[in-house]
Amino acid sequence: MSLLDIFRSRKPNSANLAKERLQIIVSHERTRQLRGNTINLQELKQKLVSVISEYLHINEKEFSVQLQHDADHSVLEMNVTLPDSVET
Amino acid sequence: MAKIIVVTSGKGGVGKTTTCAAFATGLAMRGYKTVVIDFDVGLRNLDLIMGCERRVVYDFINVINEEAKLAQALIKDKRIENLYILPASQTRDKDALSLEGVERVLDNLAKDFDFIVCDSPAGIERGAHLAMYFADSAIIVTNPEVSSVRDSDRILGILSSKSRRAEKGQSPPTEHLLLTRYSPTRVQSGEMLSVDDVREILAIPLLGVIPESQAVLRASNAGIPVIVDQESDAAQAYADAVGRFLGEKIPFRFINPDKKSFLKRLFGQKEKEYV
Repeated sequence: MSLLDIFRSRKPNSANLAKERLQIIVSHERTRQLRGNTINLQELKQKLVSVISEYLHINEKEFSVQLQHDADHSVLEMNVTLPDSVET
Repeated sequence: MAKIIVVTSGKGGVGKTTTCAAFATGLAMRGYKTVVIDFDVGLRNLDLIMGCERRVVYDFINVINEEAKLAQALIKDKRIENLYILPASQTRDKDALSLEGVERVLDNLAKDFDFIVCDSPAGIERGAHLAMYFADSAIIVTNPEVSSVRDSDRILGILSSKSRRAEKGQSPPTEHLLLTRYSPTRVQSGEMLSVDDVREILAIPLLGVIPESQAVLRASNAGIPVIVDQESDAAQAYADAVGRFLGEKIPFRFINPDKKSFLKRLFGQKEKEYV
């Protein structure tokens, strides 16, 4: 800090601002990249249907798979409507 | 078997080619047989930075297309023993790089060299992907500036998902952060992201910090890799980074402002900077 600096107006700390903005955007982009690249929902559904079909007669139309994202977690939801009588 | 190093960043103008030239030269100065390859097809510049632009006859694409032999295209550095340059093509379009072609050339080079340093083009197009794909190690060149840090993070994501090592079931390429154009005085006054800030965001090991230096422009003007100018701060910082890459424990320099004289402090003379 020099003598002249005292008379200059203090600038806000822009490095901190940069860091905060970066932390937010980088974490956002990382999760999106992770989610976007790794799961092929359609393929997952096909495979689940084929596995379940080995054990149960199910109608593919009454089978749904959904992936939902919240701020800090993701939910994979699977819904199967079973036929009226199931023999185990 | 050579170790393949890619120098990459995503963003342009952060110092990839400068770093590539310095790093390859640094490895050769330590006695390792090193070749540095320009992957920036259509916009070659490594030849200028290495000062061999008038000696380019054949290039990387010629070798890939088998129009020239590797030995014909490799340019031996005039100053440094053990150092060779494989320039990019200036005329062809970037689709001329094929995965098989690049692999064949790298495998051939790997038989003769200790290190293969790949200068990636900016962006995330084909040339950048190919430069990264075969790498054993990646040097991520980053400026302490928001767009550069963000792009580096993107590149790290691509690097970990698309590499030959990963596809072969080996450990992914090692990642090394090289912070360039660093200005300790601006960091101190809160105008620039600090080494620790960038490290915290990117979360990869720090290889080196290269200070903003007049020596870099001087070196590129003359076509001499900056690491050769051993008196300069940038050269010393690059030499330290090369040492660390080879596994030596070297303390970081040039990350704190020089101590100013009483008079300079009194009048607040700013460090000269060309940004």
